Amino acid sequence: MTKPRDIAVRVNGNVHQAAVEPRLLLADFLRQTLGLTGTHVGCEHGVCGACTVLVDGDSVRSCLMFAVQADGRSVETVESLGSIGRMNALQQSFHEHHALQCGFCTPGMLMTTTDLIRKYPLATDDDIREGLSGNLCRCTGYEHIVKAIRAVVGKSGGVR
Amino acid sequence: MKPASFEYIVADSLEMAAAALAEAGPDAKIIAGGQSLVPMLNFRLLRPSILVDINPIAGLAFVAETANAIRVGALTRHHQLETSPVIARHMPVLSCAMTHVAHLAIRNRGTIGGSLAHGDPAAELPMMALLLDAELHVAATAGKRTIAARDFFLDALTVDLGPDDIVTEIALPKLPPGTGWGFEEVARRHGDFALAAVAVTLTVSDGTIAQARIALTGVGPTALRAETAESRLIGHPLEADMTSSAIDAVRAAIEPETDLHASADYRRHLAGVLTGRALAAAWRRASASAA
Repeated sequence: MTKPRDIAVRVNGNVHQAAVEPRLLLADFLRQTLGLTGTHVGCEHGVCGACTVLVDGDSVRSCLMFAVQADGRSVETVESLGSIGRMNALQQSFHEHHALQCGFCTPGMLMTTTDLIRKYPLATDDDIREGLSGNLCRCTGYEHIVKAIRAVVGKSGGVR
Repeated sequence: MKPASFEYIVADSLEMAAAALAEAGPDAKIIAGGQSLVPMLNFRLLRPSILVDINPIAGLAFVAETANAIRVGALTRHHQLETSPVIARHMPVLSCAMTHVAHLAIRNRGTIGGSLAHGDPAAELPMMALLLDAELHVAATAGKRTIAARDFFLDALTVDLGPDDIVTEIALPKLPPGTGWGFEEVARRHGDFALAAVAVTLTVSDGTIAQARIALTGVGPTALRAETAESRLIGHPLEADMTSSAIDAVRAAIEPETDLHASADYRRHLAGVLTGRALAAAWRRASASAA
């Protein structure tokens, strides 16, 4: 075991200080050290997208980044989007369009989409599918996820 | 899987990084974006005892224009390159290629220098460095040196870098006027590594091809330039027999392998088809810019 390092990471607005081993993945820091289990861990090598979070506003795979690398930075997880009974527009749209079944991929889908909507016009449904190509869902066949995102992008107007 | 333990050194200058690497010896690895390295650590395919994190080094993330070239810093993220207005204006073929590099979350973090130093045989950036005759700038404790992209990629995941070498930037010579481009890739899903990909530039003067560049990836141990195919096109307009002659030369030049995703025969066939499409697109764009 390597000597732990002290880090301070802002997560969903609150600064958390911890001593972590350098090899601790950001995903495991969020889930195990902070108890934020909304971030899901699937493949652990950057293929499935379930662990996607925002770091300084950009979507990243939290299984491909070490917690020590998040020192001094700001992380947003799915817990930042809303809560039961107070979902944000994207979560509400996933709910309304039946865009999840088992829910395993959903946190990654939501965080990826949050970044996609900021960075791309998503003018066509193909653009949405391309944007989601790094997030695997084994339940829905993606159809309802695309519809849920289309509804939000269409509604918000400014991003088209 | 989780990575094995390692010592973690944060370098905030090139000198500090080079010194840390030189002291640690060949068992140390540089981590930049980590998008290729961390999966290998997670699977314990690699167990370096020391990781030197170069992310905090200032001044290595930039896209800058000089009189004759575009300079790209090694810590520039893929997404920065994808959306750079300077690249869009001078090298739209590179803007297009970058949209095929993995997925947004990977492009947000992965770096240009890291991808080149990793040298994946099916990645887009080594192909683009070859297509655009990139020159790589490398810093080490012994001093600085430059390497042409054509001399850099030695074998699969093997490049001409010593243990304390750090890629600092690449320089891409500007393209001549009258240059058109084409980019074609087939992957199992968008963002996956290429089963085959082809990037082309054609420079057209007085209705004939004055300069042709054809680069491929996913069809051999490294990305490559199809030089025989290129030379067959010089001095001619792009007509059907020229295209098929170039396609034949491309298929003869590559050494694709059979794997889980595609057979060697399929990849060879595909590389030819994509070459034809990329040449047609480049010719159309070059002719439109000349008109």
